[in-house]
Amino acid sequence: MESKTILLVEDNADDEALTFRALMKNNIESQLVVARDGAEALDYLFATGKYSARDVNSGPQVVLLDLNLPKVSGLEVLRQLRANERTKHLPVVILTSSKEEQDLLKGYDNGANSYVRKPVDFNEFIDSVRQLGLYWLILNELPPARR
Amino acid sequence: MVSDYSISKKLTWMNMLVSGAALLLACGAFIAYDVASLREGMIYNLSMQAQIVGFNSSSALLFNDPHSAENTLSALKAWPNIVSAGIFTPDGRPFASYLRGRDGRVLTLPPILQGKTEIYRFNRSEAVLVRRIVFQERETGFVYIQSDLEGLKVRVAQYLGVAAAVLATSLLAVLLISPVFRRAIAEPIVHLAGIARIVSRDRDYSVRATPTSDHDELSVLVDDFNDMLSQIQLRDAALQQAHGELEQRVAERTRELSASNKELEAFAYSVSHDLRAPLRSIDGFSQALLEDYADKLDANAQDHLQRVRRAAQRMSALIDDMLSLSRVTRCELRREKLDLSAMAKSIASDLQEAEPGRCVDFVIESGLTAVGDPQLLRSAMENLLRNSWKYTSGHPTARIEFCRSEENGLRPFIVSDDGAGFDARYADRLFGAFQRLHTATEFPGTGVGLATVQRIIHRHGGEIWAEGEVEKGATFYFTL
Repeated sequence: MESKTILLVEDNADDEALTFRALMKNNIESQLVVARDGAEALDYLFATGKYSARDVNSGPQVVLLDLNLPKVSGLEVLRQLRANERTKHLPVVILTSSKEEQDLLKGYDNGANSYVRKPVDFNEFIDSVRQLGLYWLILNELPPARR
Repeated sequence: MVSDYSISKKLTWMNMLVSGAALLLACGAFIAYDVASLREGMIYNLSMQAQIVGFNSSSALLFNDPHSAENTLSALKAWPNIVSAGIFTPDGRPFASYLRGRDGRVLTLPPILQGKTEIYRFNRSEAVLVRRIVFQERETGFVYIQSDLEGLKVRVAQYLGVAAAVLATSLLAVLLISPVFRRAIAEPIVHLAGIARIVSRDRDYSVRATPTSDHDELSVLVDDFNDMLSQIQLRDAALQQAHGELEQRVAERTRELSASNKELEAFAYSVSHDLRAPLRSIDGFSQALLEDYADKLDANAQDHLQRVRRAAQRMSALIDDMLSLSRVTRCELRREKLDLSAMAKSIASDLQEAEPGRCVDFVIESGLTAVGDPQLLRSAMENLLRNSWKYTSGHPTARIEFCRSEENGLRPFIVSDDGAGFDARYADRLFGAFQRLHTATEFPGTGVGLATVQRIIHRHGGEIWAEGEVEKGATFYFTL
């Protein structure tokens, strides 16, 4: 079984380290790719820029997207994802600190599959990540890739 | 049409009545006076005639010569108004007579009182005069003359005719002159009435009544009327201006308010994002330390790290509570009819589900409704019921009630429990933000819950207050 990729779009180095740690704790077999800002995320997803060598068809299993990103915002990344034929169905989980109504609404309006609030308590965070991993990587079925 | 208006008619009628009455009175007075003097004249004549006849018939009486007396009497023929005349003897017997016409009337002598020389009387158709004849101081007989009143009647009729003619002419003159009244009096009044009707019907205060040329009360009325209209117009304009200014001020204030609201929202947003991220790092890496270096850290070090973690989590809870408190003030208030009983029941079942081990008796009155924002009120109810749940956790069993007071007047809603209660001396600190009457080890909490509830209740225009006793429970009353 090819190892599944998770694309984590997160600008905060601490959060990135903690997420990685949480995934490890849960023995989730997957490769974690990190994009530090919106532009990098788009580059990876569409195999442009510094990721032009990547095979565009081996897309990530799921994208964990933070909303507050430099250069290109999380919502903008989401919009572009949904606009593209190939990435239209890619599962995107918005993982962010905010619980503000407007963010929730905007996220779902632009086609996010799920919205999870990052808890402060690390144990809770580990649990959240475990659940996310279990669901999106193992339980969830991706649509067949378009040729 | 001006001529149809009752004021000119009234004036005309008034004039006619007054002139008519005056004329009638005058004519009446003159006629009466004239009749009186005519009668006087007539009596004077009759008296003269009686004296002459009496004198000339004295000898006839003395010498008992009726024939001669009749001759004397017949001279009266010269006066056609004399109907009959007679001479009587001193004892009242007829001596001689004269008759104008054929009708032979028996003349009777009316009695003459002792002292009088002559008497006369008038009745409807005749005047009668009786005179004593005295010759050389001896009563020799009586003369009686009767006259008709035809002449008088003719005169009176003539007068009446003239009077009627004068009356008719003057009334006609009044009618012909009435347009003058109209111009001077009725017209300005009618014009003023017309203007007043326009003003009150159309609310048009720009019209004015035309001023009259004379300087009487009417012109004063017209001038004052116009002045009043000008005042109303000025006042209207001032009101309009003030209104406009007020609107401007309100719009400005609203702009300021919404600007500051926007700022608050941006602030809250930034808080909810940016303050939490470092907290996550603090907690996460402390935990990482604990896990990865457990063998290298002694119990003390581990305790330190646990405190660090707990502090970070507490700060997160505080941030959450502060945000929800600010959200209460920020967001728009919706007004919907809400079933508070159903809300309470749902919250109660949530609480019970989260901790099924606890034995709590919820007594919730049915059918309690209110009008307000569904989210905010649910938040308030949750806070109150969660508090009751929390503060009864020390007791093995508990009873939490939600009902409405039946007292007249306010009729507040009541949430009460029989838990830890609070010391009533500190009741005024109950609703302060971050004020607590228990320590965190006794009962967890940030002290914002009741402050949030109070703010929600106040935004709905209501009041909230509480009663409590240590270990006897707490009761919260609120109105909406």
